[in-house]
Amino acid sequence: MSDIAIRVENLGKRYEIGELVTVRDLPRVARKVATAPFRKLFGRSSAISGNGTPDGQAHDGLPSADAVDEDSPRHFWALRDINFEVKHGEVLGIIGRNGAGKSTLLKVLSRITSPTTGSADVFGRVASLLEVGTGFHPDLTGRENVYLNGSILGMTRREIAAQFDEIVAFAGVEKFIDTPVKRYSSGMRVRLGFAVAAHLDPEILIVDEVLAVGDAGFQSKCLGKMGEVAQGGRTVLFVSHNLAMVETLCPKGLLLDNGSIRAAGDITTALNAYSSLFGHTRATGLADRTDRTGDGPIRIIKIDYQDEYDAPIAAARLGHPLRIRMHYRSSHVPVANVWFTLNFFDNHNRLVFKCNNELASSLFQVSASAGQFVCDIPKLPLTPGVYHLNFHCKVNGMKSDNVERAAELMVESGDYFGTGRTFNDQRGGICVDHRWACQESVA
Amino acid sequence: MSPTASFDEPASPVLTVDEPIPHVRIRPASGWSLLNLGEVWRYRELLWFFTLRDIKARYKQTLLGPIWIILMPLATSGLFSLIFGVLAGLPSGEIPYPVFVFSGTLVWGLFAKALSTSSACLKANQNLITKVYFPRLIIPLAASVSGLLDFLLGVGTLAVLMLVTGIAPSWSLLALPAFVLLAILAGLSVGVWISALSVRFRDIGYAATFLISFWMWLTPVAYSSEVVFDNPKVPAGFQPVLEAVYQLNPMFLVVEGFRWAAFGERVAGPTPLSWVSLAGLLFILGTGLFYFRRTEVTFADVV
Repeated sequence: MSDIAIRVENLGKRYEIGELVTVRDLPRVARKVATAPFRKLFGRSSAISGNGTPDGQAHDGLPSADAVDEDSPRHFWALRDINFEVKHGEVLGIIGRNGAGKSTLLKVLSRITSPTTGSADVFGRVASLLEVGTGFHPDLTGRENVYLNGSILGMTRREIAAQFDEIVAFAGVEKFIDTPVKRYSSGMRVRLGFAVAAHLDPEILIVDEVLAVGDAGFQSKCLGKMGEVAQGGRTVLFVSHNLAMVETLCPKGLLLDNGSIRAAGDITTALNAYSSLFGHTRATGLADRTDRTGDGPIRIIKIDYQDEYDAPIAAARLGHPLRIRMHYRSSHVPVANVWFTLNFFDNHNRLVFKCNNELASSLFQVSASAGQFVCDIPKLPLTPGVYHLNFHCKVNGMKSDNVERAAELMVESGDYFGTGRTFNDQRGGICVDHRWACQESVA
Repeated sequence: MSPTASFDEPASPVLTVDEPIPHVRIRPASGWSLLNLGEVWRYRELLWFFTLRDIKARYKQTLLGPIWIILMPLATSGLFSLIFGVLAGLPSGEIPYPVFVFSGTLVWGLFAKALSTSSACLKANQNLITKVYFPRLIIPLAASVSGLLDFLLGVGTLAVLMLVTGIAPSWSLLALPAFVLLAILAGLSVGVWISALSVRFRDIGYAATFLISFWMWLTPVAYSSEVVFDNPKVPAGFQPVLEAVYQLNPMFLVVEGFRWAAFGERVAGPTPLSWVSLAGLLFILGTGLFYFRRTEVTFADVV
């Protein structure tokens, strides 16, 4: 018996971009549909393009007869030249930025979509969990949905029946098990969905970010269950943006970037490579960043920091005032109702807090084509470390500009509480104003 | 970094040696894969749960529940009898018009249900298709089979109607299941084509509704085929063509065959020529299944 659970060789997945089909395609499509069932039957290999790689029928199943060239702008490689192996019993964390190809990889390995090139061999019973409560029907009762969902995830009726009570108890919905799921709170639905999934007993488990649901108590319960699964000798592939969780659960890591493997090996190697990815991004000026979304008039071209004396600073200090200047350009003026949010993330990619102009003061009315949005934080609560910011700018409710990891913010220690002592805990968290007292009871 | 990432932590044994390890090779969908109905068979429990879901969900939170299933074809048959039997005075042979037309509506309903639900099913199950793997064919299969329960209730009603009007079934009743199967297969055959195509071209789905009602009037559902055969109002030269085309409709075979199975020698039954349509039906079904299996790997990308 081989100890390999998953072997992936030269795997690639190409997507078509743009509108899939319009009226102009009608004659071409009609011809293909009419011949599709027979094409292979008679051995005409129009599905193989000139250079011998399987051609782009990955999408439509209608192989493009006119052998589309590989790098045509209508195509986009979500995955390219992916090679790796996972042994039985390994727990592999797959990390990467949004759009790096993580979910596509999981979808290919779960057979939801087929690759365009290469192959993957999977040895063992696979259960993939890309969503909690897949296929729940709102009109059916909890009981009916447990059977349906379990069966969708690949459990047999007998397996479900044997674990039914356990599943219901884990979800904590005993009282409502014969109530239609549409009457459940969203939390109950998620718990029931996870409970079914948690009782799967596959050799290989593929999980995508599903733990980011439910309340804190249930999340830790899920984490515990995941840890159990991981320790139980099962092979697990786990995708998450929560780096802390990946670090805890997965001894091995795989870093994807732009559809290719950037690093593989120990989770620390992968995590370090992940951080350096952003170092690279930082070198590109904000004005030149192309990984932005939104197409409104307002564009942010630069973000810088100042202290309380309006002097530019490289690092902020805990407990000190911080002024953040977002330099904007506007393609036309005036622009009314500009909504602006800054999100602060720690180095585990957890949102720490956010600043929003509408909540804290009011929407901006922009009348000059260049200027600065200024956010003043009178007393920075961030503890020492490296943070990153993303911003969202909307005009009249329409997204105008948005960049993830738009800027990095270094925070040094400071005297937050005005007691003359500096904060020295490196474990993160934020400072909040508070007071202490020791009240003695009078006898 | 080497192209093949290796993880060299010792793996803990999880599998017992005596158990065969399932092995799946995931490859681009370029190869001609056979229908692989064996895989569909392995997922038969899921087929059962989907069928159950479709049936249960349809009548949850309805006041009359299954009564609807009987009420709807009864009302339709009553209306058809009034217009075609009473007002237009069309013939229905030895069978009272309402019973005659009810039998047609019943088997047509089974076909139409199979066709419309299997056409729409992929879009309706979009969330499943993009999140979990199973042979996609299970969905239209379950959709077409789920109409059977409704149909059986209808058959019960037909039996009552026949009892009341004194029509005793004959040995031809034994052929009934065969025509029921044909009705489902006919619905499924067109349904898989439409569902696979409508994943990519939404307009095909819109066409299905139109197709069903159009098709019904070309089939002797609400009227007897006597109206078409030897009708003096049809121009003489056109008559043979009309009759031939009319009989080559697979649903002609299904409806006429079903009536013959239910009423025996009292009705004409399927004509010899109409059996040719069986080949057409099987052709549409075969190509439809192949097209479906061929394109199903791409459903998640385009649905």
